[in-house]
Amino acid sequence: MDYLLTDEQKMIQELARKIAVEKIKPVAAKYDASEEFPWDIMKVMAESDLFSIFVPAEYGGTGGGVLDLCLAAEELSRACGGIAVCYAASALGTFPIILFGNEEQKKKYLPDLASGKKIAAFGITEPEAGSDASAIKTVAKKEGDYYILNGLKHFITNGGDAQTYTVIAMTDKTKGARGASAFIVEKGTPGFTFGKKEDKLGIRASSTRELIFTDCKIPKENLLAKEGMGFIVTMKTFDKSRPGVAAQALGIAQGALDVAVKYSKERQQFGKSISSFQGIQWMLADMATQIEAARALIYACAKEIDAGCKDVAKDSAMAKMYASDMAMKVTTDAVQILGGYGYMKDYPAEKFMRDAKITQIYEGTNQIQRSIIALQLIKEMAK
Amino acid sequence: MNIIVCIKQVPETTEVRINPETNTLIREGVKSIINPFDMYAIEEGVRLKEKFGGKVTVITMGPPQAEAVLREAVSMGADEGILLSDRAFAGSDTWATSYTLSAAIRKIGVFDLIICGKQASDGDTAQVGPGISAHLDIPQVTYVKKIEGIKDNAAKVERMTEEGFEIIEAPLPALITVVKEINTPRLPSLKGMMRAKQAKITCWKAQDIDAEADSLGLAGSPTQVVKIFTPPARECGQMLEGEAPEIAEKLAGLLRSEIN
Repeated sequence: MDYLLTDEQKMIQELARKIAVEKIKPVAAKYDASEEFPWDIMKVMAESDLFSIFVPAEYGGTGGGVLDLCLAAEELSRACGGIAVCYAASALGTFPIILFGNEEQKKKYLPDLASGKKIAAFGITEPEAGSDASAIKTVAKKEGDYYILNGLKHFITNGGDAQTYTVIAMTDKTKGARGASAFIVEKGTPGFTFGKKEDKLGIRASSTRELIFTDCKIPKENLLAKEGMGFIVTMKTFDKSRPGVAAQALGIAQGALDVAVKYSKERQQFGKSISSFQGIQWMLADMATQIEAARALIYACAKEIDAGCKDVAKDSAMAKMYASDMAMKVTTDAVQILGGYGYMKDYPAEKFMRDAKITQIYEGTNQIQRSIIALQLIKEMAK
Repeated sequence: MNIIVCIKQVPETTEVRINPETNTLIREGVKSIINPFDMYAIEEGVRLKEKFGGKVTVITMGPPQAEAVLREAVSMGADEGILLSDRAFAGSDTWATSYTLSAAIRKIGVFDLIICGKQASDGDTAQVGPGISAHLDIPQVTYVKKIEGIKDNAAKVERMTEEGFEIIEAPLPALITVVKEINTPRLPSLKGMMRAKQAKITCWKAQDIDAEADSLGLAGSPTQVVKIFTPPARECGQMLEGEAPEIAEKLAGLLRSEIN
């Protein structure tokens, strides 16, 4: 389907596809097995200006929007969901600075993030605070010109490998979610260390670690927006980043379909390619249609955000939820089409299925997305 | 340092199809790319520029659509692209091609180094690079796998041979052709692609370069492609079976009977 992308968006798509095919595809299985952080690929992405596309032009970016990011995330995910998320998580960590940073913060942090010299991460999740952000236990106590951070974040994508972190901590516990604030913390700050690296089902090229704050002293200039804005920062960041997660799911599904179509043409049974059997054809047709429907929803939502529309939470949640549920289904069907081969790690199908699962979980589980959608629906009805 | 890189647009597939009547390449329906060996030439040119400063000019001869490969070279870091395109150039063999390119290079004027890929993936002749150096009467080093250094107006390079490599120093200006061992070409960057989209590509016709009309195109081509064919696969030789001493004896016997 032709989505009437701009020339610049077509370039981003072409470039990301080139990186995916030439650089990522050959090493996807290697990184999936070794769980190493793919620094060599990050370097290629940096040199190709891929980190610049979501940063405004004044700060070293190319001034692209959410759709640009979605196009890149989709193409990268088509080759490897794990490597793609290393990239997308940097965008997630950068968004709060773009959205809420003051001029000085933007000037200080964005150019290095746009050039890919540094990568970013976003830290909100804690062992006891996932979907319920008001349960955050990490605290930031103001002392003179500093904030002192204490607490533990876990399941942080790019944790340990990123240099720049945006972290949510409570400045006033009595206020619940309204007592949360957002801070920029740099790797190497005394009192800021990393815990164990998680051993995951999928997206294994990406690193997931704990962030440990022990009397971590950061200058008060590192506060993003105002005290108490942490929850707003998070929600606005997620509104913008969710189409990116949806695009990862989309790319993973497309990658799985690519594999399934190719295999079904090559695989001979009963003297014919299995692609000539109606049972397989109908599966492929359903997969392709579901993928295209998700793509249309994601691109439409991304365009809406880029156009500056307000109240995108529902659409953004729909895109993330629909695309990730679709990806789980399509990748499972791809494994089915490859049969026994699909189940084996020597073939690429099973990895797509493992990589797809997380997209239903992170940046808000799909149950939370449904809550967001339903709440908005009910609110609209009341008008 | 002023560097000129000569590149060629070739069909993407290595399975080039030939029109049996005209003995020319069938280009329809085949995606065109930069000759893979020329990618190493562009990359080396851009690396030298990044190290020593200066400018990389990329030049190609071909139909108007060959402009695309020049833009791609700009997206990789080249500064300028020149397209030599004229009906008068059509049908050029390697002699006429290298003559035309050398005439264009003379028009550019100042340069320190010309870099070409070792050969094109469609014709595989490896003659155009050396031809340019002959027409310009400058030193050439073919099959370069490493530029060791450039100083005192001379380039010290490693030239790959079948047995190993030679270290050759050539005074500048010179021409080198490069092999794939020399570097890993970078991917284009987004900012490079945007620059390439807006880059002005200069187009020169026959009258723009100071060239003899009868040395151009088909008329200026002393060679003629009479026939192109795929050589038949070599037939399987005679296989000797048995234990080693037994085979050796059989082989010796066969060789003896050949001699006699």
